[in-house]
Formats: sequence, structure tokens, C-alpha cells
Amino acid sequence: MKRKSFIAIAAILALALVFVGCQKKAAPAAAAAAPSLAVAMVTDVGGINDQSFNQSAWEGLQKAGTDLTIKVSYKESKQNADYAPNLETLLDAKNDLIWGIGYMMADAIKDAATKNPKQTYAIIDQDYGKDTPANVVGVTFKAEQSSFLVGYIAGKTTKTGKVGFVGGMTGPLIAAFQFGYEAGVKQANPKVKILSQYAESFSDAAKGKAIATQMYQSGADIVYHAAGAVGNGVIEAAKEKNKFAIGVDRDQNYLAPDNVLTSAMKRVDNGVYNVVKQLKDGTLKGGTTISYGLAEGGVDIAPTSSKLVAADVLTQVAALKQAVIDGKIVVPSDEAGYKAYKPVDITK
Amino acid sequence: MSNGAPATVDLQELGVSRKKVSPLVLTLLSVFFGLVIGGIVLAVAGYDPFKAYWVILVGTFSRPKYIAYTVIYATPLIITGLSFAFANKTGLFNIGAEGQFIIGAIAAAVLGYYLHLPPVLHVLACLLVGMVAAAVWGGLAGYLKARFGVHEVISTIMLNWIALYLNNYVVSVIKTAEHLTNPTTPMIRSSARIELFAVWKDSAAGQAWRGVHPFWDDILRTPFNLGIVFALVFAVVVWFILNRTTLGYELRAVGYNRFAAEYGGINVKRSMFFSMAIGGALAGAAGVCHVLGWTRYIAELAASEGYGFDGLACALIGSSNPFGCILGGLLFGTLKYGGSKIQNELGAPTEIINIVIGMIVFFVAMPKLMSLLINQFRRGENHVR
Repeated sequence: MKRKSFIAIAAILALALVFVGCQKKAAPAAAAAAPSLAVAMVTDVGGINDQSFNQSAWEGLQKAGTDLTIKVSYKESKQNADYAPNLETLLDAKNDLIWGIGYMMADAIKDAATKNPKQTYAIIDQDYGKDTPANVVGVTFKAEQSSFLVGYIAGKTTKTGKVGFVGGMTGPLIAAFQFGYEAGVKQANPKVKILSQYAESFSDAAKGKAIATQMYQSGADIVYHAAGAVGNGVIEAAKEKNKFAIGVDRDQNYLAPDNVLTSAMKRVDNGVYNVVKQLKDGTLKGGTTISYGLAEGGVDIAPTSSKLVAADVLTQVAALKQAVIDGKIVVPSDEAGYKAYKPVDITK
Repeated sequence: MSNGAPATVDLQELGVSRKKVSPLVLTLLSVFFGLVIGGIVLAVAGYDPFKAYWVILVGTFSRPKYIAYTVIYATPLIITGLSFAFANKTGLFNIGAEGQFIIGAIAAAVLGYYLHLPPVLHVLACLLVGMVAAAVWGGLAGYLKARFGVHEVISTIMLNWIALYLNNYVVSVIKTAEHLTNPTTPMIRSSARIELFAVWKDSAAGQAWRGVHPFWDDILRTPFNLGIVFALVFAVVVWFILNRTTLGYELRAVGYNRFAAEYGGINVKRSMFFSMAIGGALAGAAGVCHVLGWTRYIAELAASEGYGFDGLACALIGSSNPFGCILGGLLFGTLKYGGSKIQNELGAPTEIINIVIGMIVFFVAMPKLMSLLINQFRRGENHVR
């Protein structure tokens, strides 16, 4: 009897909690103004808290939600197979724009866009070129421009006259980082030697560490990486050897505050925000790929750069950035462009 | 509380034994408790649990498409569940379904693209090779256990990692060879696909037919495939092997008491090997079905995708019964597909669904506590009468 009443009380408590929960949620829902637009995003398997571009994209979308009073939501993919059903779910939820975050979703977005020609989609880091469906907007980032600036910093900061670059996988995407960086070094000081190597992986941190260590041993004192998680090994090596590393995509200074000189940031949040704003303003054009660079705030160097980079170098970088924005400097993104690149005198 | 399955409870009450509770009742109650606790967590986190469960129900059953997706999500879990259940009946804990699944998926993706065979034959070739490869993978753990006494939990966990990196290696080699930009293998050929009407449904004739048949159009929007048929066949085969063959008898005997089985003249080492190999073949088949029916390629993986581990939970919910695995898999499919919709509808984190799943497994794993609770409850009821 006693036990039964105990169970009954427990059940009532549980129900009470449940009702408390209901009331809490009801109030804000009624208060919010009816949003005119709805935008949703599907993360890739990294998830919403990946400390990287998914998280950044969601931050941009949330900002757009508040600033432009639109309804925003997200759906995480746990497995690669989730992309298509997740896009389908967001389609059923009647969104005006559906984002796919990351090139891993390229096929899924294209497939969904072909099957649902009335729905607008956007994708981060993918350029379908002339195959872009009329209802898809690709968003890419001019990584060569931010790489150019960090390359300049490296070229000005190096004491040994040797700097390194560690790439993820060989291909045009990472080549933009490499040759933008090398052009930046050339701009700073054409005599500086550049060691470049690819890890052929985006996840093997041990390999990144091995390559970076080897570069430091052969005299390089600054290594830039564009290699995802491989870069964590590069930064670790810098910490151990007490040399400099340059981070990528996000401000990676927190990983090694005394050793991460600067970071070439990719502002996925700004990219997402801008596209959503265009949608709201009615200026969004489907079937195109938008490339965000320094001018649009799509890429930049990390705000923490002032900690380790000399002040006069940063002043020069600011001038250089303006020169890129003004079109005085065209940063190369491939080997041919790099070979043809001649340092530009921006003081003229 | 007793709304799990009253009919079964009544039958139990008519019987002499009061201590024994049917596993079905136990499972249903565990599911119920899991949902209640998940609801409490939702409420504490500030989300309306009734609304959340309503979203899940609507998101799972309100359209033919949703039901199809639920089945698609359930398919690999049913088969990996069978894999775990099979080894479990032999007293082995096959935590390696994850890796065996990957091996099957690799075989399917590679053969699905590089082989040129007529439609049905192509599928069978992929299935056969995938199952054999995964059987070797699983059997290796069984052999290590039988020959050197290496515990299968240790060896299969390590084999899972080897499978994961083998997957990434194969993907990177093929990606480079085929000059692809993304870290995936190319899509399998259409002759290897088991998706229903895969080619026809996107053709002009198919589109026209779908235009006038909205119900089927809805289902055909999903990659609904033959995998579920394979899963049901495998369930029957597993049941048959375990209950109607000498091999199955021996395997179960080893599971109950390996020393008694050995004394009875059963080759225990051989049984261990076969049990792990068959378990591996099943998990491999899950990987094959997953690739041929749904993803059509394999991608570089940063971490394993959890099909094996979720299958393990399905088998536990289904109390290692082949048909229980089907129900467990469907429940998981509902929670994974429908459950994830609370994220975009309510903004609630999907981790809550994992809590629900975890609680269900937690309660299922404590049958003693559950029967104690049920018996106490019943005694109370009698007292009142």
C-alpha cells in the first residue's frame, strides 16, 4: 500500500513538472511578433556545436533572426544519410530558404533543388559553376585574400627567412589558401623561402604535427595551415617547439595563446547573414554563386592578431587589405597566378 | 501505469506464478518509463513535452512519406540488431557490429561502382561479398577468442577502429583515382540499386504517373528500398538457425553454459567462431543494404556513425529475440526520424531523444527492478480489492 502511494505521488510530481513546463513555454510564443519569413539550415555531421562553420552559420542565422525578425531553425545531421531526409523535413516545414552547410551536402542540395524547383536553397562552400540550379545560391569565400594577409604577416615576422604551409587535401579549394599565402609572403619579402606540404587528410592531427615539426627543424619559424583538424597537430608542434603557427577558419589563438600568431578567418556567419538579408530585401538571385571576400567581411584576419603581431606590420596589413578591397591588388588563387604575381607597391 | 499491455498482465495474474512477468510487458513498460523521463527532461528544459511527443507522432505517421522514412531509418538497425542478438544467444557480446557494418558498406560501395553486372545479379554479388567480408571481420574476433582467449569486446572494439580507418583509406584512394573533389566514393551503378523504382520514378513516365497518384508519389519521394524485405528475411533466417537447426542448438547451448555444452560434446571453440562470423555477416548485410538502398556511396568518416551501437540497443529492447529486433528497430526508427523533428519544430535539442533511448535501454537492462515494481504494484492492487 505504502509503495503504491509512493509511486502515485511520484507520478503526480512528474505530471506537475510537465505542466509547469507547458506554462513556461506558452508565454514567449504568444509575445513574439509573427515573422514574415522562415529560414532554416541543415548542419553537416559536425553538428551545431562544432566550434567551426556549422556553429558560425547558426550564429549568423540567429543574428539574422533577431535583426530582421524572421523565423529561424536548424536541423542537425548525425550521419551522411541524414542530409536528404533533413532537407525534406525543412521543406515540409515551409521555409522560404533552406541552407545546407558545407560542401559535403552538395549532392543532397542539388538533388533536392531539382526535385523541388519552387523552393529556394543556399549552400556554403560550394560553387556548382554553370550547373547551378535556378533555385540555388552558392556561397563561397575568397580564402586567398585572408591567406594573402596572413602570408604578409608571416613574411614580415619571420626571423629565419623561412616559413611553412601545411595543406589538407590537394585540390583547388586548398590551393587558394596556399597560393594566396605564398603571394602574401612574396609581397612582404620575396627572399623568404616557403616550404609547402600536403597531409592528404583533414583529420590526421598526428600527421600535421609530424610535418610541422619537420618544417620547424629545417629552419622555418612560422607555419600556416589550411587542413581542418590536421592543423591542431600543427599548432601543437608550434607549442612544443615554441615557434609560431597561423590558424585558419576561426580565431584559433585560444588553442595556443603564445604561439598562434594570427588566423585567416572565414566569416560563415556574415555570409549566411548577408544572403538572408538579400532574401528579405528581395534582391537574392538564384542560380548564382556569391563569393565573399575582404570587401564584404566574408574573410579577415583574427582580431587577436594584435597580441603577437608587431603594430607597424598590422598597419601595413590594414593598408594592404584596403588595396585588395580597392582592386589595386588581385590575389592569385592558383599556381600560375602566383608565379605571375609581382609584389605591388601600394604606397603609390 | 499498467496501460502497457493489460491483456498480458491479466493472463499473468490468472497463472500461478506471480514473479514471472512477460518480457513484452517489461519492454513496453520500459519504453513507457523512458518516454515519461524524457518528458520530464523536456519540461525541465522548458519545452512542452506533450507538444514534443505530438510533433514526433505527427512527424512519424501523418504522411506516407514519413512512415516510409521511419522504415528506412529502422532497416539497418534491425539488421545490426539481429547481428548482436545472434551472437548474444551464444553468450558473446558482439560490440563489433559497427565495424562489420562498415566492412559491408565498403564492399557494397566498391563493387556497386566497379562491377558491371545485370541488375539482380549485381545486388546479389554485392550482398554476398559484403557478407563474406564482414563474416571474416567478425569471425576474426571469434577466432581470437577461441584460440587465444582474447575477449571479444576488446577485439571487436579495436576492429571497429580499424574498419573506420580502412573506410577512410579506401575512400581517399578511390577519390584520388576517380578525380573527385569531395571525399566520397562515386555513386553506385543503377544496376546495384535496391531502391524501389529507382530509375523509373524520376523518368518522365514515372513523374507523370506520380502526378496522378499522390499517395505513391509521397512514398516515392523517399529512398524506400528493398532493405526492409532483406531485414525481415534475415529475422526469419536467424530465428530458424537458432531454433530449428543443430548449429543453432549448439550455439544456444554454449550460450547457456559453455562448460555443460563442452561436456555434452559440443565444440565450443567452433561455435564461438561461427557465432561471430554469422553475426558479422549480418552486420555486413546491414551495411550493404544501407549503401545499395539509401546512401549509394561511402564517405570519409570522422567518427563511426553508430549503426552498430544503435542496433545493439535495438536487440536489447527486443530482448535478443529476432522478431523483437524488428520491433526495437522500428521504435528506434521512430525516435531517430520522428524524434529529430523536435529540433526544427520546437528548437529542442535532439539529445533529449538520446536520453529517452538511453532511459529505455536502462530500464530494459534492469528486468529485476521492473518485475519488482510490477509485482509490488499488483500486490497493492490486490490489497485494495
